[in-house]
Amino acid sequence: MSRIGVFICHCGENIGGTVDCEKVAETAAKYPGVAYSVDYKYMCSDPGQNMIKDAIKEHKLTGVVVAACSPRMHEPTFRKAVSEAGINPFLCEMANLREHCSWVHLKDDSTTEKAEELVKVLVEKVKRNQPLEPIKVPVTKTALVLGGGIAGIQAALDIANSGHKVIMIEKSPSIGGHMSQLSETFPTLDCSQCILTPRMVEVAQHPNITLYTYAELVGLDGFIGNFQASIKLKAKSIDHDICNGCGDCIAKCPIKKIPDEFNAGLGTRTAVYVPFPQAVPNKPVIDRENCTYFTRDGKCGLCAKVCTKGAIDYSQKDEIITIDVGAVVVATGFDIKGTDFFPEYGYGRYKDVITGLQFERLASASGPTLGEIKRPSDGKVPQNIVFIACAGSRDPAKGIEYCSKICCMYTAKHAMLYKHKVHQGKASVFYMDIRAGGKMYEEFVRRAIEEDDVNYIRGRVSRIYEKNGKLIVKGVDTLLDAYPVEIEADMVVLATAGIANEGSEELAQSLHISYDQHNFFAEAHPKLKPVETNTAGIMLAGACQSPKDIPDSVSQASGAAVKVAALFSKDELTRDPLIAYVNRCGPPTYSTCVGCFLCVSVCPYLAIEKEQIKDRNGNLIKEVAKINPGLCQGCGTCVALCRSKSIDIYGYSHSQVFAEVMALFNERSLENV
Amino acid sequence: MIKIAYFPGCSLEGSSKEYNESLLAVSKEFEIQLEEVHDWNCCGATAAHNLNKVLSISLPARTLALAEKQGFSEILVPCAACYSRLLTAYNELNKDAALLEKVKEILEIDFSAKVKPFTVIDFIQKHIQPKLKEKVKKPLNAKIACYYGCLLVRPPKLVEVERYEDPLMMESIVKELGATPLDWAFKTECCGAGLSVSRTSTVGKLCSKILDDALSRGATMFAVACPMCQSNLDMRRRNANVFLNEKADAPVLFITQLIGLALGLDKKELGLQRHFVPFNLEIFDKPIPKETLGKSKKVEEV
Repeated sequence: MSRIGVFICHCGENIGGTVDCEKVAETAAKYPGVAYSVDYKYMCSDPGQNMIKDAIKEHKLTGVVVAACSPRMHEPTFRKAVSEAGINPFLCEMANLREHCSWVHLKDDSTTEKAEELVKVLVEKVKRNQPLEPIKVPVTKTALVLGGGIAGIQAALDIANSGHKVIMIEKSPSIGGHMSQLSETFPTLDCSQCILTPRMVEVAQHPNITLYTYAELVGLDGFIGNFQASIKLKAKSIDHDICNGCGDCIAKCPIKKIPDEFNAGLGTRTAVYVPFPQAVPNKPVIDRENCTYFTRDGKCGLCAKVCTKGAIDYSQKDEIITIDVGAVVVATGFDIKGTDFFPEYGYGRYKDVITGLQFERLASASGPTLGEIKRPSDGKVPQNIVFIACAGSRDPAKGIEYCSKICCMYTAKHAMLYKHKVHQGKASVFYMDIRAGGKMYEEFVRRAIEEDDVNYIRGRVSRIYEKNGKLIVKGVDTLLDAYPVEIEADMVVLATAGIANEGSEELAQSLHISYDQHNFFAEAHPKLKPVETNTAGIMLAGACQSPKDIPDSVSQASGAAVKVAALFSKDELTRDPLIAYVNRCGPPTYSTCVGCFLCVSVCPYLAIEKEQIKDRNGNLIKEVAKINPGLCQGCGTCVALCRSKSIDIYGYSHSQVFAEVMALFNERSLENV
Repeated sequence: MIKIAYFPGCSLEGSSKEYNESLLAVSKEFEIQLEEVHDWNCCGATAAHNLNKVLSISLPARTLALAEKQGFSEILVPCAACYSRLLTAYNELNKDAALLEKVKEILEIDFSAKVKPFTVIDFIQKHIQPKLKEKVKKPLNAKIACYYGCLLVRPPKLVEVERYEDPLMMESIVKELGATPLDWAFKTECCGAGLSVSRTSTVGKLCSKILDDALSRGATMFAVACPMCQSNLDMRRRNANVFLNEKADAPVLFITQLIGLALGLDKKELGLQRHFVPFNLEIFDKPIPKETLGKSKKVEEV
């Protein structure tokens, strides 16, 4: 005979404001098998937990139902509490009265009735729960860091410095990410390269870090502590073990007109290339999509002829390697909208309407103009420059409702850099609001306005068109008395919206992590778990989660690294034993499994194998399915498919689920178990 | 013979008669019969939608309902204002079942609001353009500024035109007539619309900017597909010229008139004598001017 305790939580107003919790507790007390029932304002608090522990002892409870929030939120909390009172933690279940009831319904008698039914169902389930022991699994103490931008670099260095191995993969030929493209950084105007490149070198030289550039993740299997990552190493066509980085091949490459990604399309590069002079590794790769040796069947081959080391290897093939890792830090960064996204600003047809990232390259000492502000169309120094903040961002009509966060600050920086380089020039900024929340940020913007005499105009720009070699910027000044503004500019810089990388949706799917409607990766909790994902063992760092500036990216990366280090501080992990099993029984059947192995074909985790049952003499009696507890994730697909009902799941057995369903339909089925 | 439902609206019977004449003449050449919706009424522009939503939907809805009753599934609406009103009604009625019921009651007509309005540009693209090249007898030697104004391409969500800030539909049509389309900046700027009556100087100012941008880039004439655009650029030319250093004499033709000319139709048949800015066939004999810039006086903001 079960003795179940039911604990109804008000969750402050969250549940109590909609559901009559007192009534639910009273009703629950009458369910067969319920020995104790009570409601309380915050069941997860210390007094609430003690209430549960005391009741277990006092009423000799054999099972517990906590009716509160989602089990995602507090199941571990309550299971820990009941185990402290001496009950197996798997004899505690949660009824979700918040997400499944009070948050989605209005205050009404029927809402309370639904809450009562949710409790009733769980009471029937917990009556049939069995004590279970967590499964212990070993931890592979190697972290995989995806992306070699500043977030990935920081996470990798922090993990490596805490004594664990790190595999870093970067899809482009060099690490450094967007930060390596920046000129100076706000709010201090220190040079981006000067603070970044030493860290890049550190990554390359760190004994605990293995760096794979020109590489992409193609798949991730397994679970926390025990992932298997498949990584594609794209053919570099150059043997980096032999190459000494002399650059002769680059100098001789005849394909010179490829838009340079590092310079945001403002310059050109060759087909065999190093993205930028300070690249890590500082050895070239051959871009096969543009190299004539590959596009025109072996024509050219000049680089192989000039290479004194014989490092050029056209026959290299893409290679897939598989690596065991215990945790993953996703730091794949972001992208920005191009100028072609803006019909009103010319659909990208005006050469002198550029993006913020392109301006960074113009202002950078390593850029195509060596740091001189020259406009792309004719190389003249613009005497009148206009910056447009919120280009695309905060614009629901353009499908981007969010604030891209970094633009206010970098636009102020751009205007400042321009004024520092072109003293007599005029700089104007069109803005919606100035969002300068951050240490020394507001002061920085004021400096641009007050000391560097940047003309800030609060209003939007409705159109840009080109006339007489000038860009006519038509906007409005909405302060004081709204009036139209027309500026004849030489160059316009759009602070275009920060967006998720192309392919981030597919990456999220292959990592089994969530992503939002804009394809930014989703954190497990917006406030309390900002670096974890919903998949245990996978952390987020940097702008792949949402647009972020450098300090925020670095902080988050260090946070992710700590989570990884904490995970690696244990030799074993425990995981819930809610996995499938194939029944076994005595002779002559041994198991109801008939060996059809349909389950093998559907298991997404390849967790089912064949087992031979033999007699004492070693003669085969029958072949049945066997589930590997280390691989099974308890998804239940095999259970649904098993024709002879030979597979069941611990914690979600047929008898438990049927009891739950029957509880809703048939009062008489509530037998005393 | 293809039969298409046709809603001329008030303009095409009055100030823009030549739009009607040229549209019918060109359609005839392509063996298309435009059948006027019997007993059509005012679309309500622009008074109704400033006063009463249900009225502003019911007025154009009646025409949609009549077309449906007369067995049509779409309706050609040449006037941009009419088009906007009919399209708005079509959209509102299709997304709001309660409103449709109400309008049915008001009109005392049972209909489903499935007749979709389309513009003359849509009409040409679908029915004329595929056979246009072979029918052109007199290629036009002209640099044409295609002017769209507002309601043919806006609001983008309703009209669903690609490149609504820089549309290229008329450009591709005039290209097939042998003319050179102009690349210019003011093709969707405001002409002043209804202020033509109440504040003619404002319309003059706005039109002067449109004229100036096109002419300074070398346009010899304008192509339009909206009666309001045409009358403001044409009838209000005197008011616009006040703001220009050099008087603009480039004629403003409906796209259907241009097609008619290229097909070799008679000037009169196309109503070309009706314009305020005179149109002469000699315009096609003149060489196309090179780009000359900066004709306008400094115009203070409107």
